[in-house]
Parts: sequence; C-alpha cells; structure tokens
Amino acid sequence: MRSFNQARWEEKLIFELSKQGRIGYVPADVEDEIRKEVGNIYDHFPKDLIRKDINLPEVSQLQVLRHYTRLSQMNYGVDLGTYPLGSCTMKYTPKAVEDIVNDERLKNLHPLQPVETVQGVLEILYELEQYLKEITGMDRFSLQPPAGASGELTGALIIRKYHEVNGELGTRTEIIIPDSAHGTNPASARMAGFRVVEVPSDENGCVDVEALKSVLSRRTAGLMLTNPNTLGIFERNIVEIAKMVHEVGGLLYYDGANFNAIMGIVRPGDMGFDIVHLNLHKTFSTPHGGGGPGAGPVGVKGFLKDFLPVPLIDFDGEKYYFNYKLKHSIGKVHTFFGNVAVLVKAYAFIRLMGGEGLRKISEIAVLNANYLMKKLEKLRGIELPYAKDTPRKHEFVISLEKLKKETGVAALDVAKRLLDFGIHAPTIYFPLIVPECFMIEPTETESKEELDYYAEVMEKIISECYSDPQIVLNAPHNTCVGRIDEAKASRPATMIPSYKWLTKKASNR
Amino acid sequence: MISWYIPNLDEDTIKEMLRTIGVQSIDDLFVDVSEDIKVKKPLNLPEPLSESQVKKIVREKLAKNKVHGEYRVFLGGGIYIHDIPSVISHIISRGEFLTAYTPYQPEVSQGILRSLFEYQSLVCELTGMDVANCSMYDYGTAAAEAILMSCRVTRRNSAIIASNISPWRKSVIMTYTAPKVSIKELNFNPRTGCIDKHELESLLSNGEYSCLYLESPSFIGSIETNLNEISEIVHKYGSLLVLGTDLISLGLLKPPGDFDVDIVVSEGQYLGNPPNFGGPCLGVLATKRDMRLIRQMPGRIVGMTTTKDGKSVAFVNILQTREQHIKRENATSNICTNEALTAVTAAIYLSLLGKQGLKKLAENLAYKSHYLAGNLRKLGLESPPYTSPFFRDLLIKLPDHLSADTAIKTGLDKKLIIGINVSEYFPAYGNSILSSVYDIHTKEDLDSLISHFRELLRR
Repeated sequence: MRSFNQARWEEKLIFELSKQGRIGYVPADVEDEIRKEVGNIYDHFPKDLIRKDINLPEVSQLQVLRHYTRLSQMNYGVDLGTYPLGSCTMKYTPKAVEDIVNDERLKNLHPLQPVETVQGVLEILYELEQYLKEITGMDRFSLQPPAGASGELTGALIIRKYHEVNGELGTRTEIIIPDSAHGTNPASARMAGFRVVEVPSDENGCVDVEALKSVLSRRTAGLMLTNPNTLGIFERNIVEIAKMVHEVGGLLYYDGANFNAIMGIVRPGDMGFDIVHLNLHKTFSTPHGGGGPGAGPVGVKGFLKDFLPVPLIDFDGEKYYFNYKLKHSIGKVHTFFGNVAVLVKAYAFIRLMGGEGLRKISEIAVLNANYLMKKLEKLRGIELPYAKDTPRKHEFVISLEKLKKETGVAALDVAKRLLDFGIHAPTIYFPLIVPECFMIEPTETESKEELDYYAEVMEKIISECYSDPQIVLNAPHNTCVGRIDEAKASRPATMIPSYKWLTKKASNR
Repeated sequence: MISWYIPNLDEDTIKEMLRTIGVQSIDDLFVDVSEDIKVKKPLNLPEPLSESQVKKIVREKLAKNKVHGEYRVFLGGGIYIHDIPSVISHIISRGEFLTAYTPYQPEVSQGILRSLFEYQSLVCELTGMDVANCSMYDYGTAAAEAILMSCRVTRRNSAIIASNISPWRKSVIMTYTAPKVSIKELNFNPRTGCIDKHELESLLSNGEYSCLYLESPSFIGSIETNLNEISEIVHKYGSLLVLGTDLISLGLLKPPGDFDVDIVVSEGQYLGNPPNFGGPCLGVLATKRDMRLIRQMPGRIVGMTTTKDGKSVAFVNILQTREQHIKRENATSNICTNEALTAVTAAIYLSLLGKQGLKKLAENLAYKSHYLAGNLRKLGLESPPYTSPFFRDLLIKLPDHLSADTAIKTGLDKKLIIGINVSEYFPAYGNSILSSVYDIHTKEDLDSLISHFRELLRR
C-alpha cells in the first residue's frame, strides 16, 4: 500500500491575511495628460452614487501566491492519481493541449471582432464541427452550449420548438426518461416546460421495452437516453426503441455523458438518435477545472438543423462566417459562441488521437472497466447488480449492500476510506436504482498496475470492514480534514455561505 | 499502435486482462452491440499526429486571427481585454485545481472548496450582497436564471426586462424563458439612457410581474441614477429587482446591496480571465440574506462548517437539495458542470488587486472613457448621446451621413477595431458605435481612435 498524506496547511481565509496598505498587483497608471484634461474623475458622477468603502483583502503578491498554492495542495486531481468518478470520465488531460491554447491569438480574441479578423478560430471551430459530425453520425452541430446540462436544455428546447412548429406542442407535453438517468435529464426536460415520465429498467438493466410501450403516446415529445446507460450497460434494444419513439411522433435524445465507451464502434446517428450532446470535458479530455468550464456541443439530424442555436459557422468557399439565418432557431444559449478555449482543446485532442486513436480510447476504456469489475465483483460483500454475464462498457456499478448488512459499513464509509490510500472514490449512491452502490469509471489512461492497486486497496478496506470496521467508519484519516459535518453546513441557523455572513455584517432579514 | 496516451496497449497486457475478464478479444466486450449498427469502416478523420505537428497546425490557424496588440481593439459588451497578472496562470495551471472535478468528496477537495468560498465571499463584498453561488456559465445565462429564480420566489410567470440591456443577453433570456415565462420589455428614454420610472410603475401596478431585470451600467453604458426609487417601486408591487452590473464599476460606484437589490448578476471574465473569443466566461449570481430567495438559487454554493469532531474548519457544498442530482425534475436549475476555474481565477484577481487596486482600476477606466468622450465631443460627436453618467463603455452617435459600418471598415485599414455597431439594436440613436476602454489602453491608443473619428468627419 502506498502511504498517502495530504498537505494540512492551517491556512486562514484570504480576508484574515489582510493588512492595511498592502496590494498584490498595481493596475497601470493613466497618463497625467489624461488626468489633467478630465479633471477630478469623481466630479463626473453624482456624489450620492460614489462608493465610500469596499472590504476587499489587502495582501501582497507573494501572500496571494502562497495562499492559493497551499490551497491547491489540499486538493486532489487526475494529475495526482486515479479518479474513477462514474459518468465523469476523469482521464488524463494532455499538457500539450494546455500549451496549445496558451496562444495570444486565441486568448486575446474578442468575440465581437469583425468576422474577417477571426478567420483562424472560425476555421478550427468549423473543422471541429465536421469531426464531431463524423464521430457521432449527425448532420449539424452547434458548439454553443457551455456544458453537458446546457446541451440537454438546448436539445429539450429543440424538441419543444419542433413540436410547436408542427402544431403539436399542446398535446406533446411529456419527456420520457429511464429511472437510471442522470439528474440533469429530468431537470433539463422540466426547464424546457415538459412533464417528466419515468420508465423503469428491466432485469437486464436496460430500458424495459414493455413499460416503455405503455407510456409512449401522442403526448410523448421525446425520450432522453444515455447509451451505454449509467449501469455501464449498452441498451441493446436501441434500434427497436428508436422505432417505437418515432412511431408515436416523438424525438430521441442522446445524452453523451457516456460517449467515451463507443467512439469508432457505434454512432448515435446510426442508432436512430435525432439529437445528441457531447461532453467535450469528458470524452475529449479537456480538464474539469474543479467543476468547469466544460463544453456541451449539440448535434442534430438534417431535419432539425434549422432549430439549432444561432449562429452556426459556415464556409462559403473563401471565408468562414456566422450564419444567423435559421428559420426555427431556439435562440442563443450562451451570450457568445460557447466555451471556445475548451472547444479548441478538444480540436487539438482529436488531431493528436486521430480516428484510430479515438477508437482505441473506447476499446481500452471498456477493457479497463471490465477488468476492474472482474477483480472487484469477487470481493466479499460486493455484488454485481443486473445482467451478470453482459460485459459492461466504460463504467460499471457494484452494490455494497451485502457488505453493509454484514458489517454495518456503508458505501459512503468505504468511499471515504479509499481517500486514505491516495486514490479518489468513485461516484456513490448513483444510479438511484442500485442500493449502496459504487459507479466506477477507470478510463483508458489508467494502467493495469493502477487498476490492480485500486482492487488491492478495495480488498484491504473490505477486510477492515469485517475485522476492524471503526477504521473505515471514521475514515478518512490521511486527508487534510476528516469527516465533515454537512448537516450543520446546510442548516439555515448554522450555515455560513460567505465571509460577510460569518462576520455577521450581513443584515438580518 | 503505439501510444503515449493509453498505457494498456501492448499485446501481453491486453491478453492478460482479457484472460482475467474471461473473454477472447476486445470485440467480445461489444457483443451486445448489434452488428447492423456497428461502424463498418474506420471513422473518416485525420491521421493521429505528434504533439509538435498539432502545435504547428493550431498555431498556424490561430495566426490568421487579428488580435489586440497588432490591432488596437475597443470592443466591450461584457467582455474586455485586460492585463492578467502572471501569478494567476501559475496558480490555476496547477494540476490539483485544473484536473479536479466538482468536489463530491469534500475531505480531499478542501482546496477548491475554500477557493470557491473565497470567490463567493469576494463577490458578496463587491456587490454588497450576502450569498453568491460559485458560478453560472456567463452573464446572459446568469440573468436568465435570475429571472427564472424570481418567478419561483414570487410564484409569478412574467417578467419585465429593460430595453437598454445587451441584445445577446436578451436573446439568452428569451431562450431560457420561452417555455414558462412571458417577457415584457420596458422602454428606456433615449434622452437619459435610462428607464422611465413612471412607465415602470404603470407596468408593475397589475401585480403580475415577478421581477424587473435592469442593467446598470446598461449595455449602452448608461448608469441608472434612480436605483433607490426604482427599488421602492418594484418592491411596492411584490416584485423583485434583478440588477446586472459591471463588477469593476463597483470599485467606484455604490454596490447594488445599498439599493436593496434582490439578485445581482454579472460577468466575471474580465477578473483575470482572457476573452478567448467569448468563452469560458464567468456568470456571477448573488442574492441577499433571505432564505426565501436563497432556497431558490440555481447552481452550487460552498459553505463553511467544521469537521464532525468539531476540531477543524472545513468547507462543503451546501443546500444541495436544490440541485439536480438530488431533486431531479424539481431542481432549481439543471446546471451541473459550471465555470469553477474561472471563479477561482476571479478570486485570485480580486485578492491581488484588493481594496486599493480595484478602486484605482475603476478610476483609471473612467478617466480613459471620459477623456475619449471629451475629445469626441470636441469633434462635434454626441458621446454619449444621453445625460446619465457612464463608466467604461462609451456610446458614440455618428452623424446621419456617416454609417457605423463605414466607420468600422475604414478603422480596420488603420488596424483599429473601433467598437460595436449598435445601430440596429438602438435605432433611437441613429448610426451609433459602442467603444470601450481597457486597463491596457494608453493615451496613444485613445488618441488613435480620436484621430480616426476626426478624419472620418473631415471627409
């Protein structure tokens, strides 16, 4: 076992480091001629609008640098070790790609510049769209949605607009979503004004086709599906499902969160999906940044291309331009053109990998997941729910319910104990249909040795659960803080959402 | 195939892993994918390239862009090209921040949680609000979500937006609100550049609107001088006041919190993040100490607490029962991945500048915009063509015979990107251009813009 101890700096809040008169960066001065000509700048504003004081910290540059460097040491990322969060695809994000976007001619580009001055970036975005079309089997992409959930909302709004144009919005009020779906699916459908109808999974962990039949109707606006689903199981009836949804006049939406499993092997467009979103920060390896930014481009089949957000990027044979002429466009979902720096990173990643590399990514991601699953499913107290003989794709779900019954140690406790060994916990308690579950996505960039280590640690923790459960129940021990009082954190009487609140300067209402 | 990216590619490793799994080949792992939908031939994509080749390709493509430095750019509209202290890139490129995800395991993620708590706290100090979330996608989506939030709080399904807001933000608002909320536009008075409070009151008096969404400074640069009265009117009818603002302007101007604003939204790109052709941005959203409002906030919020043993201070995502992973279709928003790293950037930027730096930056921008305005007025241009004060965005009304397009196109020949053509969005001002100043603009830069207008007017 590797010994691991996360840094524990007793770091104050940046506000508490403040000392009057200090500064970490001095903005450039304006020239005296400007001052002279303008006079006192405060004379140009009404007196009662002028701010008296502002409570920002006063700290030196080195203090700021040390403060945030110390905080970084109290954080964990893929660069430090295995981070197998299911459905999050926490894989290695190549440093070359970071260097590639560190280019003044991208960074300093303003989104409202005349189109003739931004041909380079438009060329990259245009080519990226062509690649995404080929990879997914769709006909047009909008690169605008800045995250997966934004892509889902975009897709749901396209479904809405499509039925509106067909004069059917009044009746098509329902979006069907499997019970294994990501929480963003129902939330996005509801934001788009739909009623959410849940369809159960069958004993194989796939959408229950009979149950689906019974909820499909003239009220169906669409079905949102992740394939492979959150159990890591490929929806083998997808062609039939697509046919059923289309027969009642609904549209089929592909949630691309799990796309890392199937690149170059099978395409959503060929499965019968009408709308697709991809999470570039997952499949195309742009860094997750502690929660974002990401990018969630949306692709559609030809009959829906006029519904995409404006503008699209087109090429007239000589120059690239923004196309705002989309008859049924849902409008804009981002103030400008989406998270362009993230899009350029994904472009660079695709060029590094090529078509062959993308297929290998999916093959090995699936190999790694099945390998780790085999090693974990035989451990005491662990069960594999659903279709035992079906290979999983890029991720798999195991249940620790038996372990909990036998030892009193819950999935949460085991997750916390994993942290003590310098590895990150998987996604826990999701999907909701499996009790006490771990959802594990190792990704293609973990070596066999790392996977073996993960399995070895799991084996050790499980033996602790049976022999010395307290050590697991009280975990983690080696992280910068121990188990956190989350209930206190969210109770209105005790919650502290800002420094201002803490210092009781906030007025009580 | 040989790969620096995928470690398990050698035949022996693959064989051994397949043996453990109990299958013959990788293809066997895809037996459940029906043959007739499988991809038959390799994807039609370019060949894999080396690091140096891809660097060269992207560099050569990006070289076709014209950027500030080679050109002099005066574009604003919410995105600004500012100097970025070097400290920032050195911190945020640290893998512990860059390659982490949402802190689902807070014990091992205190660094990002604390940084985001500090971001939220800095936003609260800046805006005079009490609670901020830890980021939305951008200003436009923050404004849209604030309107949806107002509807939930007031249980009303219509909202008023001022007509002097950004046309692009308006477009995002219309997209987000289309399914559930009807939007009424409140005209602004071209003479003042601001909304008319009597017209506002007559609209509100039916008691049906959830909120007024107003921007100050507005897209055209005008600063609302009657916020106290507007706030009173809005609240009199049980509506909420949602204010979009320019965070740097708050180094000089009274914060929204002083006017009893209910929700503040803004853009945080210019707090240490490069423009990157408009994204990633940083959507700022903050509200006041009122659980009725806080419970309806979209997005993640980090809170300060202690460890269970009470011995150490610790940070964790709070009020998660608002969020999609728990509440599903009843969540306050669908947002999951946000703009965390740009929020950390903003926290570092604001910490570096601090009290004095932000004030100085705000003053400097105002000096430059007023220098520009004064000199353009000497040329006979109405800049700005309204009476209210302005901050760093300057609306310039051109004479009828001079189109904004001509002014912009001829500027390009002199390597000037002079501003945004806003004529079609604000016809009340005829031919008009919105020019903005940056911290990196010198007097020489501003003088080159002034000379450009001088020459145009001479023609």
